[in-house]
Amino acid sequence: MQKIFTPLNNKAVEQLKSGQQILLNGKLYTGRDAAHKKLMELIEKGEMLPFNLLGQVLYYVGPAPAKPGQVIGSAGPTTSGRMDSYTPELLSRGLKGTIGKGYRSAEVIKAGIEYKAVYFAAVGGAGALIAKCIKKSSVIAYPELGPEAIYELEVEDFPLIVVNDIYGGDLYTEGRNRYSSNKICN
Amino acid sequence: MIRNISVQDVTANVAELCMEANYHLGNDVRSALQNAVEKEISPVGKGILQQLVTNADIASTEEMPICQDTGFTVIFLEIGQEVHLFGGDLYEAVDEGIRQGYMKGYLRKSIVNHPLERVNTGDNTPGVIHTKIVPGNQLKITVVPKGGGSENMSAVKMLKPSEGVNGVKKFILEQVATAGPNSCPPVIVGVGIGGTLEKVALLAKEALLRPVGEKNSIGDIAKLEEELLIDINKLGIGPQGFGGVTTALAVHIEIFPAHIASLPVAVNINCHASRHKTRFL
Repeated sequence: MQKIFTPLNNKAVEQLKSGQQILLNGKLYTGRDAAHKKLMELIEKGEMLPFNLLGQVLYYVGPAPAKPGQVIGSAGPTTSGRMDSYTPELLSRGLKGTIGKGYRSAEVIKAGIEYKAVYFAAVGGAGALIAKCIKKSSVIAYPELGPEAIYELEVEDFPLIVVNDIYGGDLYTEGRNRYSSNKICN
Repeated sequence: MIRNISVQDVTANVAELCMEANYHLGNDVRSALQNAVEKEISPVGKGILQQLVTNADIASTEEMPICQDTGFTVIFLEIGQEVHLFGGDLYEAVDEGIRQGYMKGYLRKSIVNHPLERVNTGDNTPGVIHTKIVPGNQLKITVVPKGGGSENMSAVKMLKPSEGVNGVKKFILEQVATAGPNSCPPVIVGVGIGGTLEKVALLAKEALLRPVGEKNSIGDIAKLEEELLIDINKLGIGPQGFGGVTTALAVHIEIFPAHIASLPVAVNINCHASRHKTRFL
């Protein structure tokens, strides 16, 4: 499996294709519903964000609390679709990747193609397994949001699969078409 | 003979059940996942299923949550009519158990105080508590942590009686197809048919409590469960929606008599981490 390192640049993103399995390494930022809302408020006011978006990857996760001695508790992806209304704006400002689970909207897919950013899926519900890849974790903004705070994570060989690449590829559609033998709902 | 049960005992048991349910996946679900590894034809899908088994094993060994979404704590209480509960308010005692279990167990607190204002309550309370009075002198407690991702993909529809079994099947299939990767497949599909709006939703949730793959005792309903499972797995969604033949591990249907004018159907989808633990006091 290919190893990928953050921050991502256009050259790295151009090499990723839907369906490809990769191992992500480096720094990541977390964010989910409430944190996105706060980031958008800062953008509207023209204020600095708590981290520089350029080339970064955002992981949609609300981790479980760490037990004493643990870096982080279970930390699997949450449903990405809830962040769709915020994502094109963040991609236009230099974000190069998002990680979650589930469908993205047509607007997010289009923005990914336009701004050269990739959507990766992590394995939903594999929170204990994924926690093993997280080597460092610290809250950098909005601690009052609890599991929705923004964390900076350092990951080693985090297994991901490319769902939406910059060429219009979509693993959810392609995968389903490959194995579907029931046309009732297609 | 009336049996006295202290609500403090209820608190202590609820706290332990919250932790057990979140750390230890039931053997029924684990076996179903293991069997699916053998049957899945998509290589990516096979790999994902294997990861889910490994994840459940790590969670159990290290006593950490199977999934970071440790859920809305749904609690089913079956109270024997010869039980006398003493020492305080039963519902407060259950919430105190949730509070203690989620704190002590390092489980994620995912409940906000008000659906629009959305400030985290910080202790995962309140729980959603269902009580049923039954014969006997025991108290049965079942804790069902229910994740938001799969709960969001659930739905109720009031069909016309003329739509019949085909209408029911179409609605269920469409709901699972719409949910796609969002509800963390392979899923367990809980279905309620009949009753009223609130009854049918409860039936669908209760259907999720049955051991995975155990069929309904009514022959034609068991047959419907089997047909739906085959149809769902032909959708091609597969593990995590990456494509494959394992979209659902089981379809469980519960039925109830219906009004002459009504045919309610509810679909309550559970992710692969179908968690529930029961104790009798």
